[in-house]
Amino acid sequence: MTALRYGISDTLVLAKRSLLRIPRQPDLLVGFTVQPILFVLLFVYVFGGAIQTPGFDYVDFLMPGIIVQSICFGGFVTALGLADDLKKGLMDRFRSLPMTRSALLTGRTLGDVVTNVFQLVVMFAVGLLVGFNFSSSVGEVIAGIALLLLIGYAFSWVFAFIGLTASSPEAANAYGFTILFPLTFVSSAFVPVDSMPDWLQPIAEHNPFTTMVDAARALFLGTPAGNDVWLALLWTLAIIVVFAPLSAWRYQRVVAR
Amino acid sequence: MLASVERVPADPAVETNRLHKRYGDVHALRGVDLRVETGSVFGLLGPNGAGKTTAVRILTTLLKPDEGSARVTGFDVVRDDAKVREQIGLAGQYAAVDENLTGFENLEMVGKLYHLGRGLSRERARDLLSSFDLAEAADRLVRTYSGGMRRRLDLAAALVARPPVLFLDEPTTGLDIRSRIGLWDAIEALVSEGTTVLLTTQYLDEADRLADRIAVIDQGRVIAEGTPEQLKGQVGGERLEIHLCDDRRGEEAVAALASIASDRPFLEDGSVRVPVAQRRGTIADAVRRLDDAGIAIDDISVSTPTLDDVFLKLTGHAAEQETEEAEAQSR
Repeated sequence: MTALRYGISDTLVLAKRSLLRIPRQPDLLVGFTVQPILFVLLFVYVFGGAIQTPGFDYVDFLMPGIIVQSICFGGFVTALGLADDLKKGLMDRFRSLPMTRSALLTGRTLGDVVTNVFQLVVMFAVGLLVGFNFSSSVGEVIAGIALLLLIGYAFSWVFAFIGLTASSPEAANAYGFTILFPLTFVSSAFVPVDSMPDWLQPIAEHNPFTTMVDAARALFLGTPAGNDVWLALLWTLAIIVVFAPLSAWRYQRVVAR
Repeated sequence: MLASVERVPADPAVETNRLHKRYGDVHALRGVDLRVETGSVFGLLGPNGAGKTTAVRILTTLLKPDEGSARVTGFDVVRDDAKVREQIGLAGQYAAVDENLTGFENLEMVGKLYHLGRGLSRERARDLLSSFDLAEAADRLVRTYSGGMRRRLDLAAALVARPPVLFLDEPTTGLDIRSRIGLWDAIEALVSEGTTVLLTTQYLDEADRLADRIAVIDQGRVIAEGTPEQLKGQVGGERLEIHLCDDRRGEEAVAALASIASDRPFLEDGSVRVPVAQRRGTIADAVRRLDDAGIAIDDISVSTPTLDDVFLKLTGHAAEQETEEAEAQSR
């Protein structure tokens, strides 16, 4: 019981530490506030007029997509933080303390959940200001928010793995933005998949981001869901099941030097 | 009778037994035996790459040895690693503090992770910040701190739980002389309160000043161990250095001084070196004998051996020299 209590308190202490970094580092603060707002404005007012989304206003089509994209990157602080801790020797300090060692990972990913909640508030606020409308039941909206938070949590573990694999915080940044970022664009997040060239469509359709975005649209806009919500949930759980143990394994490897 | 009061030797604070560690083909440690008495300061002295950090990482449970065993306050570092962590503090050669937290937040966090609770963690944080001269910077982010301030905060973090055994891995590497002396004072103050300290260093003067006992480590092996005085004694005691007005009369001078020397006098770098058992009266003695032999003296002095001499004698190379080579290789 004591072990569990300490495990929880250690996780909370380190989650707080992870969160304190965001308001104190200007580039992160901009990344979580100004940048997503700018993205919404750019897509709605600059690109939106040129993108055909039959059956939707573009702003309604866009918001679920852009929210999924930004929430996936909420966990970026975890990659940056872990890479930093390894580089600067903080990992050694923590591991020499009588704390729960796994809290170094669970603390980070729990901190990201709070970041994700903040991101959702910002995104929904901007969305409503530029004319986004929920057209589904309250229950569906709540389910949608729960799904988004779970997606954010899953990607925190992807970023934990990236942070523990990258040789430096800069490399973690590069992995995150050169691999993951383009993937989010080859999906139904910003344009309808059937507007893409024939060879690209199957890739976009099987991209888990497409499934997640379609699920969010179904839950927020009341579009026919098909299996999208269940598939998105399955994808999300699969990412956690794969990347949480993978991160734990990487963690063991990198600290045993 | 005093004989009835049997003195039980206290358990050593740190004890290692044939520690081995290799990384691939590199033998970092090749059978290291150490014994650090409770309440003492033990210096692990050696150049870069000698295995000092590896030994500390094993003793602080960050790394498992390949062979051999180690105990800290009686707890095995592998089997009872969680217990060991409750007994130790670690300050490393990289100031391991969070740059995005304030000094106070760093210490408070470490206290909470030692499970001291919020109240005690804050109290200790405040106390340590003032005793390490950081009270005014307490609420500033650490990224605005100077190198010396970070190192002091790092040392403070290792002390939050008042652990009985403290490991300091090259605590002053890279610091300017003023910061080094400040840190030495802090370490000496701790020791006077009974904390056992194991410190690694490549600075011979640091080990000489702080340590009760020193183990010289080179290429993963302990090559000498003893008090600083014993180690210096291994290179011989004090020495007279005499520069003659006329270099060509060196051999004559050696012959004239043989009877006052504790070991054979010899010529080195154009001067006469005379090992002597004690310094009192030897200069006057030497001057008289050379005067009697009609040999003129340009300069005469007594030199005390340093740990640099010890290192040179034991390893066949100077500490600094190897450090530079190791750094060149690592580039």
